[in-house]
Amino acid sequence: MSEVSVNTEQIKSAIQDREIIQIRGMHKWFGDFHVLKNINLTVKSQERIVICGPSGSGKSTLIRCINRLEEHQKGEIIVDDIELTNDLKKIDLIRQEVGMVFQSFNLFPHLTVLENCTLGPIWVRQTPKLEAEEAAMLYLERVKIPEQATKYPGQLSGGQQQRVAIARSLCMNPKIMLFDEPTSALDPEMIKEVLDVMVELADTGMTMLVVSHEMGFAKTVADRVIFMDEGEIIEQNDPHQFFDNPQHDRTKLFLSQILAH
Amino acid sequence: MNPNDTNAAAYPIGQHPSLPPPTTERGVLKWLKTNLFNTWYNSIATIIGLYFLYLIIPPTFDWVWGSATWEASSNKDCRAGEGGACWGFIKARFVLFMYGFYEAEALWRPNLAGILLVFLGVPVLVPKIPGTKLFAIFLIFLYPWIALSLLVGPIKIALFSDTTFLILWGILIVALLFYGVRGMQTNDLVKRGFGFGSAYAAVVLLFLNWGLGLPEVETTKFGGLLLTLVLALTSIVVSLPLGILLALGRRAESLPVVMYFCIGVIELFRAVPLITVLFMAINMIPLFLPQGYSFDNVVMALIGLIIFFGAYLAEVVRGGLQAIPKGQVEAAASIGLNYYKSMRLIVLPQALKIVIPGIVNTFIAMTKDTSLVMIIGLFDILMITKSSITDAEWLGLEWEGYAFVGLLFWILCFSMSRYSQWLERRLDTDRRD
Repeated sequence: MSEVSVNTEQIKSAIQDREIIQIRGMHKWFGDFHVLKNINLTVKSQERIVICGPSGSGKSTLIRCINRLEEHQKGEIIVDDIELTNDLKKIDLIRQEVGMVFQSFNLFPHLTVLENCTLGPIWVRQTPKLEAEEAAMLYLERVKIPEQATKYPGQLSGGQQQRVAIARSLCMNPKIMLFDEPTSALDPEMIKEVLDVMVELADTGMTMLVVSHEMGFAKTVADRVIFMDEGEIIEQNDPHQFFDNPQHDRTKLFLSQILAH
Repeated sequence: MNPNDTNAAAYPIGQHPSLPPPTTERGVLKWLKTNLFNTWYNSIATIIGLYFLYLIIPPTFDWVWGSATWEASSNKDCRAGEGGACWGFIKARFVLFMYGFYEAEALWRPNLAGILLVFLGVPVLVPKIPGTKLFAIFLIFLYPWIALSLLVGPIKIALFSDTTFLILWGILIVALLFYGVRGMQTNDLVKRGFGFGSAYAAVVLLFLNWGLGLPEVETTKFGGLLLTLVLALTSIVVSLPLGILLALGRRAESLPVVMYFCIGVIELFRAVPLITVLFMAINMIPLFLPQGYSFDNVVMALIGLIIFFGAYLAEVVRGGLQAIPKGQVEAAASIGLNYYKSMRLIVLPQALKIVIPGIVNTFIAMTKDTSLVMIIGLFDILMITKSSITDAEWLGLEWEGYAFVGLLFWILCFSMSRYSQWLERRLDTDRRD
């Protein structure tokens, strides 16, 4: 399926050099409030990016713009060679290629875990039911909860629910995965099980944008860490440079605050 | 080790099992003591209550059963009885109560329609029975037209008496089917829906024109429980989808014309008494029709009931829609579901589940309010009763008549209430096993 073994270095670098997300001069307002200011960001295929910043800095809004859960008012966003406009068909196309994991899981409570996972493939990709179920079981195994397939989300713990949410997104075979503070609503015991799944996912070469304050995760997985404040990208760098040698004063202040404990 | 004896059984720390509650917390005596005799004033209240029950129940039972008259041909026989209820009146008038003025030799037609409904409806309402989907398709797409034909016979459409037109109509159906199949092959949902949908409508018109080859029965002959059930069931089945559409329309902020239209319909019909709506349906709408055209009174009453209760249901459903967190829609969007699919698969199933009590509440109100059609000259079960007890032969039997009608309505409404409670429990997926 998605595990295609790529042999030649050329193909590998060609894939990795592909700019899968391009954001140019993008602005967004909530009413009169200027949430995102002149965002320029290019993400290459298979790149793993962690976005951090104080609350209200616009980091969630930024990744929500990438699959058009929020509309931007100025500038352009191009995802997988499709520009995001008001064209609903194109938006649906992009959403099929971009998976998203939410802070509050947002599983469908009236459907079983397996039905949560097969809904997209069956209704959007027109995959036959049995095939979709087989694929869903594979992904549930990958997030280590195949035994919960027939249960309802309400019967699972937070960590298990978030892993189901990841599996649900993966079932659509997305090219990009967005994570909006995936561990913020979890107990400390459960954070690790979700992060482990995300690390494994990163190892498969998935393009990932993660809004998170899990600095350990950022250090081990990220290719790039982006720091945002008051709607602007203040600083971006590879994780070691970012944590050991922050350039901007606001970054230093932020890091000292979150690393104080 | 005796698990009830908590003093004797000392469990190692960290290995204490979960134990059943002590026996003093269970049993009938315990219940009586905590609920009826827990304090001196509650004991007095219990005794007074028992005394009232003693005053009420035996005479009621005597009236209903003990000294009741079971056979009567007029109220003279009733007066000759022991002074209890005269159920002979109900017995003598039973056919009138059930079918109104429906032709006596054709009573098998409503009976068959009823039996078919039970046969198809029960498997749909109780999904444990296999084949539910097939029954549901039959019930939704075929049953209404079969029942309609059984009840009223053929509905003649003038154009179909022309053979040339019939042949053209046949060609049209084939063409529409072909169009639908093409849509299926090219995965074009609009084409498929239009092709098969219109072909279905065209066949239905033909079928209604044929009407199973039965003789016509005018709807003015409908009455009694038959009319009540026809009105209640039809308005329940049609007004719920209408209510859902109005509710969705009211929230469609990106389509202002649709939104304001839905708000207008809801606010207009909710703010007007049902009696007014029914009067309007009978007296006003014919004024706007060309001369010579007239609609059937039953149909007009149905349209009035459906729009009126559709507006009520729309607000009930809107309550449910508002209770669904925004995250559900976002999650549905994030896996690529478009608006219609996310409404149908994610939002509506959850929203409707939440408002089952409100929906059934409206259904029950609807069932009882069908009685209001008496003001436009239709003889539903209540009106039949009313006219029967004013019949000179049966004067003075109000109690029996209204008790009977009350019982019928109670059975209808109480079974809806029980069914909805069962449905709520069955759909409750938040439970932890």
